[in-house]
Amino acid sequence: MATRAIWKGELKLGTHKVPVKLFSAIEDKSVRFHILDDTKRNRVKQHMVNTETGDEVETKEIRKGYEIEPGKFVILEEDELENLKPEPSREIEVGEFVPIDQIPQQFYERAYFLGPDGKDSEYFALAEALEKQQREGIAHWVMRNKSYTGALAGLDGYLVLSTLRNAGEVVAADDLPKVTGRAPTKKEIDLAKHLVSMLEGEFDPREFKDEYRERVLEFIAKKAKGHAPRLAPVKTKRATTSLDSVLAKSIASLKKGKRAA
Amino acid sequence: MPRKGTTKRSASAGSIDDDEQDRGGVRPFWSGTITFGLVSVPVNLFPANRTIRTSLRMLGPDGEPLSRRYYAEKTGKDLENDEMIRGYEVDKGKFVTVTDEELERLAPEKTRDIDLKLFVKEDAIPPLYFERGYFLTPAGNSEKAYRLLAEAMKERGDVGVATFVMRGKERPVAIFSDNGILRAETMRFPDEIRSAKQVGLPEKKKVSAATVRKFETLVKKKTKRSFSPDKDQQAEQLLKLVRKKQHKSSNVVQIKDYQRKDDGEAVDLIQVLKRSLAGKK
Repeated sequence: MATRAIWKGELKLGTHKVPVKLFSAIEDKSVRFHILDDTKRNRVKQHMVNTETGDEVETKEIRKGYEIEPGKFVILEEDELENLKPEPSREIEVGEFVPIDQIPQQFYERAYFLGPDGKDSEYFALAEALEKQQREGIAHWVMRNKSYTGALAGLDGYLVLSTLRNAGEVVAADDLPKVTGRAPTKKEIDLAKHLVSMLEGEFDPREFKDEYRERVLEFIAKKAKGHAPRLAPVKTKRATTSLDSVLAKSIASLKKGKRAA
Repeated sequence: MPRKGTTKRSASAGSIDDDEQDRGGVRPFWSGTITFGLVSVPVNLFPANRTIRTSLRMLGPDGEPLSRRYYAEKTGKDLENDEMIRGYEVDKGKFVTVTDEELERLAPEKTRDIDLKLFVKEDAIPPLYFERGYFLTPAGNSEKAYRLLAEAMKERGDVGVATFVMRGKERPVAIFSDNGILRAETMRFPDEIRSAKQVGLPEKKKVSAATVRKFETLVKKKTKRSFSPDKDQQAEQLLKLVRKKQHKSSNVVQIKDYQRKDDGEAVDLIQVLKRSLAGKK
């Protein structure tokens, strides 16, 4: 089932322009509930009330404040907030490129597919060029009153635009102190490497299923038919704690397991 | 029970792990044990992402504090927490109700283990999967086992893949060895990631080599050797406006006995991490 474009824009690379449509590459499938009134089972609404008196305050009377100290707010007026909004634009400016391993993985936030919106050849040529050169474009754009920085990459012939976190949002491991305490010996590291190598495999996302989501949906389906299953309380699994000669034992048991398989 | 400004909410049974309720203190976000083979490494988990706080609080015309209340649409009557229930819409206007207890009983087993049964090469996981980053710090004298795992993974160029339970939800996670520190990235479930085909993008088209070359030339010409992240200009502008206005008392309101709703960014994350990595409690 095709999805709807959430935004339309134009990639601008120097003098070249490539019109594109933006689609979310992520689909949140968490089970969402409505809140109902317990007796009548109707949907509920929300409003703002004066905390002390409980009287309703109309939306147009509401003011906004930024908390500078606990309980102390600086009032910001609507027109001031309006002024802070970036200039609306349809342009996705791609000014520079970096080799694909240059953006630390911690910066990637959310991925969008770009689809061609006219000028198909230019679109597919750009995707191919980025893949061939192993580069990502650094993109800047404004979407729904917010400025974004993103990484533009080619993926299997298509263009993917990922929003990137900004400098203040990422804590880098380089800025943190090294872990101190007893150092493992060379022999232990070799054993651990051996253990890791025995557990090496391919990344197969199909191994992961949101079983909790499935259980909730299944339960709802049964309850809808009028026979909700009885649920037992969830068990707590005890954590294991030990160390030392366990490395060698781990390898031995893995080897045994492999032979048995 | 309701607190956020939406009448919908996710299925996560929020009260399962108590230690995740309190993010304000120096307490870790989550604590548990990484196991690989029979080796176990107790760890604490701290967020590796932070945001500049830009959220605004809604106030009344004279700066008086406001609260969000739910009310019954038909009667207009405000509802207390125990007068509401979650409903899943199975058909238009037809709801199946689900209680807190039922959700808690459907939640995954309350395990505190991250069992590393699979290691993959560092570039094997498409970045599309990553959701949020966390640093893992050694807990309970586990420094040696911690360093052992970090070193072995680094030397092999590997990332550990597992699932773990946080906030009553089991999620896939990738563990990276990053500069001697273990970093976890939670991952999305594969059925939450769309393919170009699912999105409905048109079939790939053969394009002329000349057009591809045109872009290749441009890309090469504009390539920089490294990436430098941007500052959050929008947030900085908001803070600048706040600083400018706060000197004039008519712009400022003070609420007595104010109880903070969110935990904001009261703690210096880097200081917490530094202390935790240095083994100080």
